[in-house]
Amino acid sequence: MEGFDIKTVLGLYNYWIVIVLAMAGFYIVISRANLVKKIVGLNVFQTSVFLFYITMAKVDGGTAPIIEKAYEVYSNPLPHVLILTAIVVGVATTALGLGLVVRINDAYGTIEEDEINAQDQAE
Amino acid sequence: MAVAIVRLRSLFAVVMLSGIYSLIAAAIFVQLDAVDVAFTEAAVGAGISTVLMLGTLALTTNHEKIPHYTPYLPLVLVVLTGAALFYGTLDMPYFGDPNAPIHQHVAPHYLELSPQEIGIKNIVTNILASYRGYDTLGEVTVIFTAGVGVLALLGGRRRKRQRSEDMDKSVGGGMF
Repeated sequence: MEGFDIKTVLGLYNYWIVIVLAMAGFYIVISRANLVKKIVGLNVFQTSVFLFYITMAKVDGGTAPIIEKAYEVYSNPLPHVLILTAIVVGVATTALGLGLVVRINDAYGTIEEDEINAQDQAE
Repeated sequence: MAVAIVRLRSLFAVVMLSGIYSLIAAAIFVQLDAVDVAFTEAAVGAGISTVLMLGTLALTTNHEKIPHYTPYLPLVLVVLTGAALFYGTLDMPYFGDPNAPIHQHVAPHYLELSPQEIGIKNIVTNILASYRGYDTLGEVTVIFTAGVGVLALLGGRRRKRQRSEDMDKSVGGGMF
């Protein structure tokens, strides 16, 4: 492995931010028992993946991919399209997840996973 | 921000923070030339998601209970995964590198020819509606399915509550 010079750090800095965010979301999902908080964690993870794609799409000195005579260099539009789709699908799944949470709250009277487990064991 | 979401116990504050987080993400997307994505993230991620979550909180509860165990195993797992991903980034092309593989495949074609082929200046729109139209069709299908799912989950709930209210009324009528 070549040493960590400043160019490497600056070049990969965005990816590292993405990893920190993704791991924070991952940690919320697997360590918290509250179902709403789990969904928030999923959203954090999701946004970090969006950030990852958009980071890859960026070109130095580029501008937004809308054709205009004054500009020559544009960022890559393909990841933008993919993420546009992903955001909307993400909200759809979030809505479904929250609907499930509401139903679980109706059935069990709680949205804490361990309490739900305890009730299931008791039956 | 993310750390605050991990630590906070008041779910209301968590939901508000996640809204702010989405909005900041949208600002970063503008900075990274993805204006369409930023629009969507600000409207859908920061707007609709937050409203949905607040609705859920209104229907359930506002406070998270304190867990009675310390989650060391998840922490170790997360750190290990993070380290593996960190190792993976060392081979990634640098930020903004115009020679990265991602910019060599179909993107130049889209950038050069799509204004002539489709006739719209915004290339993101071109790809979304034309080249990757099936993607968008699939997206609509997913949203439709999710909508049906939410209706199926919550529609029955309203009916049940109505029935129990009716029963309450009839019981009340019998008593008086």
